Amino acid sequence: MITAERKPFEEIKEYVRDYKNIMVLGCGTCVAVCQAGGEKEAEILASELRLTFGSQGKRVEVNEETVVRQCDDEFMADPAFLEKVKEADVIISIACGVGVQHACNFLNRAIEGKPIRVVPGLNTTFMGANIDLGLWEERCLGCGDCVLERTGGICPITRCAKSLLNGPCGGSSGGKCELSTDIDCAWHLIIERLETLGELERIRPVEMYRDWRPSHSGGPRKILREDLRL
Amino acid sequence: MKSGSNLERLLENGEFVITGELGPPKGPDAEVVKEKAAMLKGNVDAVNITDNQTAIVRMSSIATSKILIDEGLEPTMQMVARDRNRLAMMSDLFGASAFGIKNMLCLSGDHQRFGNHPEAKNVFDIDSIQMIHMVKTMRDEHKIICGEEIEGDFKMFIGAACNPFADPFHYRVHRLAKKVEAGVDFIQTQCIYDMKRFKEFMKQVVDMGLHERCKILAGVTPLKSVGMARYMAANVSGIIIPEEIIERLKGAGKGNVASEGIGIACEQIGELREIEGIAGIHLMAIEWEHKVPEIVKMAGLLPRPTLSG
Repeated sequence: MITAERKPFEEIKEYVRDYKNIMVLGCGTCVAVCQAGGEKEAEILASELRLTFGSQGKRVEVNEETVVRQCDDEFMADPAFLEKVKEADVIISIACGVGVQHACNFLNRAIEGKPIRVVPGLNTTFMGANIDLGLWEERCLGCGDCVLERTGGICPITRCAKSLLNGPCGGSSGGKCELSTDIDCAWHLIIERLETLGELERIRPVEMYRDWRPSHSGGPRKILREDLRL
Repeated sequence: MKSGSNLERLLENGEFVITGELGPPKGPDAEVVKEKAAMLKGNVDAVNITDNQTAIVRMSSIATSKILIDEGLEPTMQMVARDRNRLAMMSDLFGASAFGIKNMLCLSGDHQRFGNHPEAKNVFDIDSIQMIHMVKTMRDEHKIICGEEIEGDFKMFIGAACNPFADPFHYRVHRLAKKVEAGVDFIQTQCIYDMKRFKEFMKQVVDMGLHERCKILAGVTPLKSVGMARYMAANVSGIIIPEEIIERLKGAGKGNVASEGIGIACEQIGELREIEGIAGIHLMAIEWEHKVPEIVKMAGLLPRPTLSG
């Protein structure tokens, strides 16, 4: 899933300090699961803003709403919701970067006559998994050409700090990356996994230069599925 | 001949070679390079010029290499995959060749987090093993990666690094085999202090016949102080310094530690020379270039052989 962390409160407060009517907009999917931008987090952020502005004697209205997914039109098309959006001077979206952009785009199309200002309340971090209580780790860079079949199901592009395709580098020590003993050496893991599978031979040949075009290096990407179009 | 460099010809002649290392200055002063070069001249067969080592910004390896050539030394230009994509690498290699640079070393490069610009974005378009293949293709097939022909002749003696002290140990020889497969001509190892592990590694190398497919130079770094030894053992990943070496330095007593460090280095050189498959020494006297003549002399490696033509 997509993981995110909330921006520092001071930064968010600075974004909205000039507005009288603020909406905190939560997103009920990925960022709700990683407890950064769901309904509960929307309530907490709205309360913090009310308390802070209240203690400064500022008359500010702060409301919170949460939709199932900000990256999908159908979850934001509710007329009652759009009425509330119309009342707001600014919307703090606590979705991932996709949700922030999509909400901004959708709401400005859906509401006529008033430009809608959307600011982010989260820093989107990575595509990762929940490894332990309160711990998420990056697992995929979305490079567009998956190598996991030949690397024992461990991604060297994401999990090696140098994205080496012929690792491990000379900095691998005791199964850890040279960057930190908190980071596993991806290539150490790959070798161990392939040995368990009896498939170490698979990484004997030199892995050749990669074509990075399917990744972001090829420019912003699109998926067009003709079979799904009307 | 692959490049006809002094290093290549000496190795082909079966000479026991010694290469040095020169860290470029953190600024544009060519005099600093010339002073260091003067200390190395005549004492080593080629000099590695580091490429923003430990991710610290320094004079470029290509420019520093050119200064060395002008001073009458032979450089081995290092190139890291951290700072350049394949376009920049290939164009720099053309430029290097035009300057008369005949040896190079293909490296991944230390992560920028260790350097003076940890906030930088890295490249890692291709890795060190792919870089070896790229340079070999340029040299032997006169083609760049995309398949286009190179205009003119491109010659290079291709080196790479090898760290027998990194993990997993049993895989290290196989990674070296991949470098050989990619087309490496010579290897310089990480600095060796754990002789037992290194001998074990070299036995694997010889068993696989890799020493017959590339020339292996053993890395030696003299220890200047107990503090340096402790720092390297604790902070430089992939370096093992046995406690007995640290004890020996400590035992030398005040004022004698540096000479003890040099003595240890010379003993190491003597021991490494006896190991099957070792074709020479890569002496990395870090910020201690002025001691190189003394070390090389003490190790019995002077005068350096010269070749005619």
